[in-house]
Amino acid sequence: MSDFKGSDVVSIRDLSKGRIEQVLALSEKMIPYARGEKSTKALDGRILANLFFEPSTRTRLSFESAMVRLGGRVIDVAYPAMTSVAKGETLADTIRMVESYSDVIVLRHPHEGAARLAAHFSTKPVINAGDGAGQHPTQTLLDLFTIRREKGKIEGMHIVMVGDLKYGRTAHSLAEALSLLGAELTFVAPQNLQMPRETVKEVERLGIKPKLASKIDDAIPQADVLYVTRIQRERFPDPSEYLKVAGSYRIDKNLLREAKKDLIVMHPLPRIDEIAPEVDNTPHARYFQQAFNGVPVRMAILLLVLGAEANEGF
Amino acid sequence: MKDFRVTPIRNGTVIDHIDCGMALKVLRIIGVTGENVRSTVSVLMHVPSKKAGWKDVVKVEDRELDPREVDKISLISPRATINIIRDFNVAEKYRVKLPEVVRGIVRCGNPNCITNLAEPVESEFIVESQNPSVLRCIYCDRILEDISEHII
Ligand SMILES: Nc1ncnc2c1ncn2[C@@H]1O[C@H](COP(=O)(O)OP(=O)(O)OP(=O)(O)O)[C@@H](O)[C@H]1O
Ligand SMILES: [Mg+2]
Ligand SMILES: [Zn+2]
Repeated sequence: MSDFKGSDVVSIRDLSKGRIEQVLALSEKMIPYARGEKSTKALDGRILANLFFEPSTRTRLSFESAMVRLGGRVIDVAYPAMTSVAKGETLADTIRMVESYSDVIVLRHPHEGAARLAAHFSTKPVINAGDGAGQHPTQTLLDLFTIRREKGKIEGMHIVMVGDLKYGRTAHSLAEALSLLGAELTFVAPQNLQMPRETVKEVERLGIKPKLASKIDDAIPQADVLYVTRIQRERFPDPSEYLKVAGSYRIDKNLLREAKKDLIVMHPLPRIDEIAPEVDNTPHARYFQQAFNGVPVRMAILLLVLGAEANEGF
Repeated sequence: MKDFRVTPIRNGTVIDHIDCGMALKVLRIIGVTGENVRSTVSVLMHVPSKKAGWKDVVKVEDRELDPREVDKISLISPRATINIIRDFNVAEKYRVKLPEVVRGIVRCGNPNCITNLAEPVESEFIVESQNPSVLRCIYCDRILEDISEHII
C-alpha cells in the first residue's frame, strides 16, 4: 500500500477501503501535532501550492495549517481569478506553471471536473479541495475520521443524514463511503431533497439497506450520529414553503430529548439555523471538533501523497 | 434479383438495423445534412425488420465510414450493422460496437463541466452499460442524459 506516494486525491471513490483506513489511522497520530503539542519537520523543504479559484477560508486555512504543522511551506496563488484566468489562461497551463514551483497542489475550482483535469496535467499530486458542485474528498475523510474518533468505529454505527441530500454532492460521497465502511444509514429529507436514486443504488450495491424517511423525529432514537446539512432557500420557489420545511428539520434540545446519551451531532459548517445554538452546549455537539479534525486529516493526506509518512516513524 | 425499395447501389455503405427514428441522427453523424454532399443517399424509415419490430436504414453511395462515425452510430443505435457494398454485393458486414471508453465524440451535458471550457482536453466517458448506452463523464462524474443531442 506504499504506492499512495504520488497519488492524486480527486474523488473519494479513488480511495480503496484500505487506503481510507490508512488515512484515518494516520490522522489519529497527527492529533497532537495538529494541536501544537508535538512538533515535526516531516515535510521540511516541501512546498504546497494553494490554488483557490473560489473563496473558501476554512478549507484553505486548514490545508495551510496542516502543511505548516508538518514543517512544510505554503505558497498561495492569490486571486487567480483576477490574474491568469482573467488573461484567458487555461487551467491546464496554470497547473503546469504552478507544479514547477511546488511539490503538491491543492485546488478549489468552480467547475466540476477541474481537479481531474489538473491531475491529468500535473506530475505532482493534486488534492481536490472542492470542484463546483462536485467532489470534496478531504471533507468526506474528515467526516469519517470524526465518527471513528468519537465512536471508536464506523462499522455498525447508525448514521442519520438529514437536510438537503439531493443537491449536496458531499452528502452523496459521504453516504457511499460510510456504506463501504459498513455503517447503517437513514436518510431524512423532504421529498424534493431526498437522496438521489443513483446514490441509493450505489449504497445498496455496497451491501447496505438504507432507510428513507421524511420525518426527523422517528429517526432520532436509533441514531448514533446525526449528520446535518443545510437546506438552501433557493431550492424552494415559495419562501413560506422554505420556512416551513427548514423549520421542521431544525435540530434543537427538545428534538434531542429522545436521543441516545452518546449521540453526536455533526455539521460541515457554516450553519445558518439548522442547529439551534442551545445544542452547542450539550454533550452531543461535535461540529467544532469536526472542523478542527480537518487539520490532522489533511496532515495525514499530505504525508501519504508526498511519501513522507515513514520519515519520522509516525 | 432481390426486391429493393430503392435502386441497388454498386458501391457504398448500408447502415442497417438503425433504431427506429434515429435515421436522421445517423445522417447528421455521417455529415450528409449539409450542402456539400457529393454522394447519393437513401433513407428508409420505419421499415419492418426480419429480426424484430421496426428499423431505419441508411444507404450511402461511394463512401465508407470512418471509425469515429461508426462509434458515434453505436452510441445511438447499438444494434446497427454496417454493410460495405462492392459491385452490388455485401462485401463486408459488421455490427457496431461501443468502445469501453468514449473519447472526443460527445460533449458532456453538464454545462458546468470543465471539459466545456476552452481547455486542451478531449471529452472522455466510461461506458457503464451498452444497451441502452450509459456514459459517465470521467471529469465531472455525471451520467450523460440525451446522448444523441450531444454528439460532436
Ligand atoms: N447492392 C445493394 N444496394 C442497396 N442495398 C443493399 C445492397 N445489397 C444489400 N443491401 C442491403 O444491405 C442490408 C444487408 O444486406 P444482406 O443481404 O446482408 O441482408 P440480411 O441477410 O437481411 O442481413 P442482416 O442479417 O444484417 O439483416 C440489407 O438492408 C439489404 O437491403
Ligand atoms: Mg435483414
Ligand atoms: Zn463532464
